[in-house]
Amino acid sequence: MTQTDRLLPVNEAIDRLEAQIRSDRQDGALVDPLIVGIHTGGVWVADALHRALGCSEPLGRLNITFYRDDFNTLGLHPQVSPSDLSVDVDGRDIILVDDVLFTGRTVRAAMNELFDYGRPRRIALAVLYQRDGRELPICADWAGQELNLGPDEQIHVDGPDPMTARLVSSKES
Amino acid sequence: MAVKFVRPKIPKFAPDPWAIQFDEQGHLRHLLTIEGLGPQWITRILDTAEGFVSVTDREIKKVPLLRGRTVVNLFFESSTRTRTTFELAAKRLSADVLNLNLATSATKKGESLLDTLRNIEAMQADMFVVRHEQSGAAHFIARHVAPHVSVLNAGDGWHSHPTQALLDAFTIRRHKGDFTPLRVAIVGDIRHSRVARSQMHVLNSLNVGELRVIAPRTLIPTDVEKLGVRVFHDMREGLKDVDVIIMLRLQRERMEAGLLPSEEEFYRLYGLTEEKLAWAKPDAMVMHPGPANRGVEIESSVADGPQSVILEQVSNGIGVRMAVMSLCMSANRGETT
Repeated sequence: MTQTDRLLPVNEAIDRLEAQIRSDRQDGALVDPLIVGIHTGGVWVADALHRALGCSEPLGRLNITFYRDDFNTLGLHPQVSPSDLSVDVDGRDIILVDDVLFTGRTVRAAMNELFDYGRPRRIALAVLYQRDGRELPICADWAGQELNLGPDEQIHVDGPDPMTARLVSSKES
Repeated sequence: MAVKFVRPKIPKFAPDPWAIQFDEQGHLRHLLTIEGLGPQWITRILDTAEGFVSVTDREIKKVPLLRGRTVVNLFFESSTRTRTTFELAAKRLSADVLNLNLATSATKKGESLLDTLRNIEAMQADMFVVRHEQSGAAHFIARHVAPHVSVLNAGDGWHSHPTQALLDAFTIRRHKGDFTPLRVAIVGDIRHSRVARSQMHVLNSLNVGELRVIAPRTLIPTDVEKLGVRVFHDMREGLKDVDVIIMLRLQRERMEAGLLPSEEEFYRLYGLTEEKLAWAKPDAMVMHPGPANRGVEIESSVADGPQSVILEQVSNGIGVRMAVMSLCMSANRGETT
């Protein structure tokens, strides 16, 4: 059964996320961070944060297709767009952004790719929605909303304009 | 423990000779020729290559996609550039690479080609990259490998060199975008060139505006027009309004005596000099699959000049071959022994 009443609208979740990051930046926890979004939904969220936080450096985009751990079972994704990280990441603070944190495997792949660009000083993770079901010891530093979902439920984020999110049953999708 | 392979049943006379390139689910399993790929697969390869070319621009030029897989280069014919780029492509995908020089290998000791293949398969190879002087060699090998093994044709006789044609198309697309309005001229030894045949198939599949071949009569195969090209024997006429010029190497090793009066004569009439380049469009790209014979096919100042993308072709070759390897290995997912 599809449920939508438990999910915060995207705009509210982004506002909460921005407020948390802003607060931490004021504490000096992050120095001149680069914002890097994970293709595709994470890039949409990262773009919104990039504008809201007034970052001067260009937005980075990671496509983790070549770093996924399920190539042997799923093969290559039918659409591959290049990663775009035009700024040197060596010694930099990075805010890695995704739309949904679920198993943690996507974030692991993204971190692996980031380290192939250089050695960041710190990577912090910002996600729009953090749900249960982690398969790796990875946790978001900031989340627009945290949810516990049923085993058949998934969060679908559509975008980029407008960006919307809905809960769907995996039996239906 | 002995390794047992269950071999697919191959019909004696396949109705579509290119169907072997795909598995039962329609995934690309082997790349033997451009024929039968169609524009969708060609475009998918080129799009995937874009991602890999960006990897080669990074400090760490490696992704973990094919970690644990083994790629075997089976080169029955000498090659430096192609073998090196295939090797680099596989290594940048984190695969293990085995280079076999078959000119000095077991096949010369009387061991049959199939026995050699069986032995390499027993070493858990996942992919064979094959170059052979005989047309159809890669096809033959693809028909006899174990179900989990992919075969890539790195050039067979006069027949086909699909990855070279794909990287050429990739290079053109990066500079010119849409193929539809383009005039492309392929110049030189069309008759003996597997590259030219593959280029004709790939460019026509991508709906290039006009494809021309320019060569002396002795270096043009009969009925070449059936491959969708216009034939020119005069450089000035053939290069008029051309956007892309692809020069070919004179295949001296495949030539019978008497096809060319002399290399000097060929250069005078068909060698791409600055003077002849001016007959094409001002922004025409100059390409050459290499190795280029300077002063025979192309003037040094043109090969090294601002309109030349010859070295870029070499760089792009790595990304395109990474794409092809990944896509073919995708077809064999979960079936490694």
